[in-house]
Amino acid sequence: MPSKRIIPCLDVKAGRVVKGVRFEGHADMGDPAECAVRYRDEGADEIVIYDITASAERRTIDYGWLSKIARALDIPLAVAGGIRSLEQAIACLEHGADKVSINSPALERPELITEIADVAGSQCVVVGVDSRSVDGEWVTFQYTGAAETIRKTPRRMLDWIVEAQERGAGEIVLNCMDQDGVRRGYDIEQLTAARARLSIPLVASGGAGEPQHFVDVFQKADVSAALAAGIFHSGAVRIPDVKRAVAAAGLEVRL
Amino acid sequence: MEVAVIKVGVGNTASVLFALERLGARGVLTDDPARIAEAERVILPGVGAAAHAMQNLRAKGLDAALRAFPRPLLGICLGQQLLYERSAEGGAECLGLIPGEVEPIAARPDLPVPHMGWTAMQITQEHPLLEGVASGAYFYFVHSFACPLNAQTIATAEYGRPFSAVSAQRNVLGCQFHPERSGAIGARVLKNFLSLPC
Repeated sequence: MPSKRIIPCLDVKAGRVVKGVRFEGHADMGDPAECAVRYRDEGADEIVIYDITASAERRTIDYGWLSKIARALDIPLAVAGGIRSLEQAIACLEHGADKVSINSPALERPELITEIADVAGSQCVVVGVDSRSVDGEWVTFQYTGAAETIRKTPRRMLDWIVEAQERGAGEIVLNCMDQDGVRRGYDIEQLTAARARLSIPLVASGGAGEPQHFVDVFQKADVSAALAAGIFHSGAVRIPDVKRAVAAAGLEVRL
Repeated sequence: MEVAVIKVGVGNTASVLFALERLGARGVLTDDPARIAEAERVILPGVGAAAHAMQNLRAKGLDAALRAFPRPLLGICLGQQLLYERSAEGGAECLGLIPGEVEPIAARPDLPVPHMGWTAMQITQEHPLLEGVASGAYFYFVHSFACPLNAQTIATAEYGRPFSAVSAQRNVLGCQFHPERSGAIGARVLKNFLSLPC
């Protein structure tokens, strides 16, 4: 069995790691390569680098700092932000990313998922989904990097994740926006519903505030991995504490 | 030391090149059979799907170059699967350097596929490639197909059922995990590979 993965996500804006609350208001938390290596040393199972404004600004991530991080890192690296073509996805892989995560561009043009999967393999394609409850239904949102660009899409989250899987996604990262940044725990109900629809791995995102939240999401929603950003950047929670708590609950983790 | 990293198609071969660089070896991404024949070591990385990868190798005469390569050859992930006779992925005829057929991993409600993550590996036969690696160490795996257990299996891992995590047949070696993305223990396996006698 694979161990449950703990994934710190580096939200990057203008080449610096930032910490945001509910997608609004950001504070500088340091250099991406330095942060990535520090998390690796603390036991991160994987690193996600997310250029939070790339998609809204209609550009992709900076290959210069991507290579710099990939060169230093010896654990899996996924990148997200503004990847809207096969060429950009390939360029990310060729600059050292192991996986590319696509979100808004996949909603715009779902064929992109298949195009990347056909050429580079499904294992390289992660589909990120931003979702929140609207009138009793989970609905996907686009361009969530900035308050002025965010918009609701007509797609229901549960339909969209199944479509993404059918189109060749190798993994889904479900970011539950109502929980994001507020540290009250992952959205167990939404993640459980998503997990039941998928045969590919599901990664939980949004809401982690303490080690017990990771235990809860693994035990109750049976996700493969849990992602968190702000709590790791601020030092409020450290990766070894999370792993100890998850192991103490009888779940398998790489210590 | 020059290590020829086979350019099979599009993929994350940069991670392999960076890992070699960290170990002080020079990785060269190439699809030139002459360059491969002269290399001190060859790495066949895992890129794309089996049938497509074999098609690319054959089109460039790389299948013959790999079969004839006399020094240590390491297949990583899909690269290990290509060393076998056949793969169920696209019904591919593979290199036939290791006997057996690669099978799909069956998805179950409790087992998402691809198998993606850090999994403990058990060593079943001592081998210089695994020197300094303890049974039970965690490696990073990402795959939807798996190599069967056979006489060439030197380490196993389990996902639903056991599969060959590392195989060895004389100079031909394969690992299902990604050593370049398995932290310090993965680097140790790559270092062992670079230190094998020619």
